[in-house]
Amino acid sequence: MGTERANVIGPVMTDHEITLTVNGTEHDLTVEARTLLAHALRDELGYTGTNVGCESSLCGACTVRVDGEAVKSCTTLAVQADGAEIRTVEGLADGDELHAIQQAFQEEHGLQCGYCTPGMMMTSVELLQENPDPTREEIREGLEGNLCRCTGYQNIVNAVENAAESMGTGAVADGGTVGDGAATPDTTAVDGGETE
Amino acid sequence: MTIESVDPDDVTAAEILGSAIERREDPALITGDAEYTDDIQLADMAHLSVVRSRHGHARIENVDTSEAEAMEGVIGVFTHDDLAREDTPGEPPFGLPVGWLLPSLNNVDHPILVDEKARYQGDAIAVVVAEERYQAADAAGAVDVSYDRLDAITAPDEALSGEAPQLHPDADDNVAFDWEIGDEEKTATAFEDATHTASVELTNQLVIPNAMEPRAAVADYHPGTDELEVFMTSQNPHLHRLLMSGVIDHPEHKLRVKAPEVGGGFGSKIHHYADEALVAWCAKLLERPVKWTATRSETYQTDAMGRGHETEAEIAMNDDGDVIGLRVDTRANLGAYLSTFAPSVPTYLYGTLLSGQYDIPAIYGHVTGAFTNVPPVDAYRGAGRPEASFVVERLMNRAAREIGMDPVEFRRRNFVPDDAFPYETEVAVVYDSGEYEKPMNEALDLLDYENFRERQKQAREEGRYLGIGFSCYIEACGLAPSELAGQLGAQAGLWESSVVRFHPSGTVTAYCGTSGHGQGHSTTYAQIVANELGVDYDDVEIVEGDTDEIPQGMGTYGSRSAAVGGSALATSAMKIVDKAQQIAAHQLEASEDDLEFENGEFHVAGAPDRSMSIQAAAQASYLAHDIPDDMEPGLEETSFYDPENFVFPFGTHVAIVEVDPDTGDVEIERYLAVDDVGPQINPKIVEGQIHGGVAQGIGQALYEGAEFDDNGTLTTGSMQDYAVPKAIHVPEMETAHTVTESPHNPLGVKGVGEAGTIAAPQAVVNAVTDALEPLGIDHLDMPLTGERVWRAIADADGGED
Repeated sequence: MGTERANVIGPVMTDHEITLTVNGTEHDLTVEARTLLAHALRDELGYTGTNVGCESSLCGACTVRVDGEAVKSCTTLAVQADGAEIRTVEGLADGDELHAIQQAFQEEHGLQCGYCTPGMMMTSVELLQENPDPTREEIREGLEGNLCRCTGYQNIVNAVENAAESMGTGAVADGGTVGDGAATPDTTAVDGGETE
Repeated sequence: MTIESVDPDDVTAAEILGSAIERREDPALITGDAEYTDDIQLADMAHLSVVRSRHGHARIENVDTSEAEAMEGVIGVFTHDDLAREDTPGEPPFGLPVGWLLPSLNNVDHPILVDEKARYQGDAIAVVVAEERYQAADAAGAVDVSYDRLDAITAPDEALSGEAPQLHPDADDNVAFDWEIGDEEKTATAFEDATHTASVELTNQLVIPNAMEPRAAVADYHPGTDELEVFMTSQNPHLHRLLMSGVIDHPEHKLRVKAPEVGGGFGSKIHHYADEALVAWCAKLLERPVKWTATRSETYQTDAMGRGHETEAEIAMNDDGDVIGLRVDTRANLGAYLSTFAPSVPTYLYGTLLSGQYDIPAIYGHVTGAFTNVPPVDAYRGAGRPEASFVVERLMNRAAREIGMDPVEFRRRNFVPDDAFPYETEVAVVYDSGEYEKPMNEALDLLDYENFRERQKQAREEGRYLGIGFSCYIEACGLAPSELAGQLGAQAGLWESSVVRFHPSGTVTAYCGTSGHGQGHSTTYAQIVANELGVDYDDVEIVEGDTDEIPQGMGTYGSRSAAVGGSALATSAMKIVDKAQQIAAHQLEASEDDLEFENGEFHVAGAPDRSMSIQAAAQASYLAHDIPDDMEPGLEETSFYDPENFVFPFGTHVAIVEVDPDTGDVEIERYLAVDDVGPQINPKIVEGQIHGGVAQGIGQALYEGAEFDDNGTLTTGSMQDYAVPKAIHVPEMETAHTVTESPHNPLGVKGVGEAGTIAAPQAVVNAVTDALEPLGIDHLDMPLTGERVWRAIADADGGED
């Protein structure tokens, strides 16, 4: 469905019309085939909460959730996400009510400069869905794809433990889903989360 | 040992100083609402990409921009020649200045776009401006540069050998400077008198800061007013404004530099680089907003690196185990050019700490700065002080082993005694206050040291290698006073400015010239101001990082913000209280001397019902209907706080490691940090600073190191190749503290930002060499990778079982 666009010099670029549903809002946009999902979110749609740290999948600052899966948006093409449900840090909280992981990062001082934090939280949410009661070692291993230069990770591990606890409690209270921790029904949390 | 966070609503103004309240910065950062430089979108904004040298050392024969200029979306391609053109803004030389001079310094040219020669891989050759980010990057790749490759040198000893290619015409044999401190003759005599000596030859490797946010700038020029706004990743906007105004020849008062949210710095965002100046220049030339954001590859190639020392050091003792002399010769890698404060780092920030925590009667340090084909080297978290502490603490271990004393007892014996403060060292500084045995004792208690030695002995019998490493570090923060800084060569004062402003409604805005980038200043500064004024914490707003809002400032680096910025705020707040007290006395018809100020209220002594709140005084000051005759209206005070001296935090860090002789892997079994950073404004934030600093220090000890090939190509140029520690690489850290006030600032505070990075490397290396003592291994250079340790074990006399 691409349309060709002639360059004066250089490769022929192909534009693609795609649809991204970001935090529940549907956006139609035209991107080049090579446009990275991170840049489409940030530059085209204004979701600048997702940060780019390395353009090579190594630092994890750009982690978002695509159809419920934590993905490095700096090495994902926007066209690959055509039709997908995307959750960014802007969509973690439910209105004024912070997600358990956000609350925990604040309480545990799990961030300093904050640049890695959106990606770190998106990975943590997935980690807790897959393993609602992780050990500290499992948390450290689960965060292997996310780098932080400020905190030395200890308070991040504390934050994920803290969130696990409050999400676990929440799961009992509402009788079910650990899911995304936010109160809104979350279409991106495909596996919905298992309670223990 | 984790410190529990506190809700600020549960704390009164009287108790807020020292309270571990949650940070007010966090809500914006955890919701994606915070605005970093690359988040800024301006109408009609163009994008800039930099064409960089592929080679470490090369003559530039030709730069062909024609293909790039013809590409879609390209607005312009600019080289060194374009800077000098009469129809482009500003006058040459468009060179980056150095902000610290030494008498012997070869102050070489540092053009923002190279003229004839590229001196490191990443040196800027041209810039491309295009409509879109990708178009700029495409066109930068299409600029055709013809190089004549020259031999490259990357190590200081090689650069200084007399046989190396010379980088700069004015710097013979690549000598940047030759510098000394202490008394050479007296030290030589001490070594003649010594009955025991020990020495170490070491490399303190180049490391790469790796702030998670790459450097970036957005410039916006307003031709109608000649105002140029630059939003950039800065640790010190006022310094950047001053320097940039000279670099691009734009008047300082028509230049605004603002640091939006900044994603870490660790020193790398202090300096003035070519890139940000080029963004500003292009915005002015094109009269359009221009944005540049470094790729991670560019941050690797261009962010100023840290450390880079080659050192021989020796220590002299008498029979009793007293240290009587210390002598150091260091060759420091400065990279291709002199970065902003580069000359200060391996000299005054290094040599002045060669006494460590010890009473050493004779010290001599000699440092030669070397130009090499690596990126400019400058301050990286700790800046000179980690290198000094590493040398001293490695020597203390070697010395203790040499004379057969326990490393703890040997250190204790040589500590500067508590009653010797203020203590003047042999290397030109006066330690403000210290109680060095306290953190050591605390650490030993927490460790159960005796038990460890037992366990180590048993382990050795089983063929396991356990080791313990001590690091009794000292840090110097808040370089001061300005007069001294000037005498040492600083081309800047090192005071800090603040404004505290009461609004008529009783709320407060406080401005400070520091510029936080993750340290939590908005929280801790508000704690200071709320406490001084006796107002609610939530009624105090903090503003930093904008030259349009803050009168002047020196920025955030060198662990200076609490001691210097915090003191500047406290000083302004005290002036506010003084003026408010005069207003209260006037309105209460009491003598000023009869008023007491407590929790934001002025009371007449002995008549508690006659009182006035500071907010009411503020309102009265703005109404100005009834204030003392000779008083100006308003309640706002400014301070330029110039400290009397540095502050000197200290502490003891201990690592316990196990080395696997089959793989060389080092496992940190325990890491304990006992720090004395003075009174803590917010213990949770202090703990976070220690954690992060230690992680960076462990990173240097075990994993990190910049490496170059013979062409000067950085072979560790990505996060794939350079090991920024991951969560699994950093041990759980135990923290504890003691409190020794600084006698010379109003808060008694010291500093904490760099403590962990200064302390950790030698704790780990001392532990590993302790573990490997049975094999006769008494030194290993960092990083202690599995391969390096394994090879040392394999080569060691006795070898493996």
